Amino acid sequence: MSIKGKAYIMGAYEHPTRLAKDKSVAQLHAECALGALADAGLSKEDVDGYFCAGDAPGLGPLAMADYMNLKLRHLDSTDLGGCSYIAHVAHAAQAIAMGKCRVALITLAGRPRSEGHSGAVPRMRGADAPDTQWEFPLGVATINAYAMCAARHMYQFGTTPEQLAWVKVAASHHAQHNPHAMLREVVTVEDVLNSPVIATPLHRLDCCVVSDGGGALVVVAPEIAKSLNRPRVKVIGAGESMKGQMGGEVDLTYSAGVRSGPAAFAEAGVKPADIKYASIYDSFTITVVIQLEDLGFCEKGQGGRFVADGNLISGVGRLPFNTDGGGLCNNHPANRGGITKVIEAVRQLRGEAHPAVQVKNCDLALAHGTGGLLGSRHGAATLIMERE
Amino acid sequence: MAERKIPAPGINPETEPFWAAAREGRFLVKGCAACGKNHWYPRAICPFCFSDRTEWRPASGRGVIYSVSVMKRAPEPYAIAYVTLEEGPTMMTNIVDCDLDALRIGQPVRLVFKPTEGGGPPFPMFTPA
Repeated sequence: MSIKGKAYIMGAYEHPTRLAKDKSVAQLHAECALGALADAGLSKEDVDGYFCAGDAPGLGPLAMADYMNLKLRHLDSTDLGGCSYIAHVAHAAQAIAMGKCRVALITLAGRPRSEGHSGAVPRMRGADAPDTQWEFPLGVATINAYAMCAARHMYQFGTTPEQLAWVKVAASHHAQHNPHAMLREVVTVEDVLNSPVIATPLHRLDCCVVSDGGGALVVVAPEIAKSLNRPRVKVIGAGESMKGQMGGEVDLTYSAGVRSGPAAFAEAGVKPADIKYASIYDSFTITVVIQLEDLGFCEKGQGGRFVADGNLISGVGRLPFNTDGGGLCNNHPANRGGITKVIEAVRQLRGEAHPAVQVKNCDLALAHGTGGLLGSRHGAATLIMERE
Repeated sequence: MAERKIPAPGINPETEPFWAAAREGRFLVKGCAACGKNHWYPRAICPFCFSDRTEWRPASGRGVIYSVSVMKRAPEPYAIAYVTLEEGPTMMTNIVDCDLDALRIGQPVRLVFKPTEGGGPPFPMFTPA
């Protein structure tokens, strides 16, 4: 059994806020839900499946489902970190295919910017987690965990800081056209290299933004999709996985995308060269390089060369990516960039991206992300979508 | 330069022998009597063969840096690293008591126990050999 063609993304909404000092997290979730349902042309009463992850306040999906007063017959709070929402689309498609629900709502929201979060400060990820006593005392922040991946990639494959910088340069070229983007200024490779080093070898401009906000998606059964007056984005393939330290056989050069990617391509029956647009989780520049390799867009170790010289810039390079400006420039709500990856892919497939970055004849798109820390343990989710 | 204060690890019954040995200056790893392999971090159940016949084994404290990153944006810069032990496993750690900017992947290092806050057990870290 496959989810191919069993569900459609018919509603997608990205909250325009990037600083929400005057809103609650629950309110942001609900505002996103409202936006995505309005986009689809559906109402709250149509929703019978609800998906959220660790950014939702309270116990699993219960508090938010109660806040929104949803009448549900399917709930799922799978948490793979920042890529959870990419997996949620696949899980919603599975539930729809099994007849467990017909209209699935996925929400993400948070206000880390208002709350003063920083990726350079060590964060406790569960006092009782088995790894915490061995790692929290070491000062594992977010950035230095990814920085160790970058350092090893450079050592093993000759990847350069200049090549990593090109990821940010491409994102900034896209963000200049997004009025909601936090950082709209086009930057150069030199700008990235001249920005302060936060954790060697990563600079400030190798890092994503910290932003408040959120997003929501509505995934529906085919018969409902056909009744709605919106372009239809069909789910055709998905994969998910995780990777950790493997009992001490640590290898920082690849991610769980080596499993989630091929699974998604196999289910969709397409290959990387067929993809017209790719949303790639960009918590840091190195995240993009490693994931592109793992998904098969280039050989392992060639990611630095692949992203250089504008190859990710829409209208310029071979693989337009993150045309909203991505996490690096636009938005990284709740420190979790998964949902915005799907939202921009939906915009591209609908032909509703900004004209300056819209990919011509964009009929096949991929959204992929990782969650947690690439340098210790992380989840990965890949989703392939087709315009019908 | 002032050194970063190291939080005490949260010990549990599964890991108490490691920290008791650390207080005596002994560095242990967990190995498996069934499959023979050593692993990190220490577990009661072998992460390779799932046997419960794991045992604490003395380790040399010698290793090489697998990867390293110096956190510059901190009140006291520090180096987080993975070190591959002579006994096999690669463990997350800090590299201390040295010129952080001179650290390189592949560099030999040796274990040093560093004190933790609140009278906690000393934490296994490394310094250039």
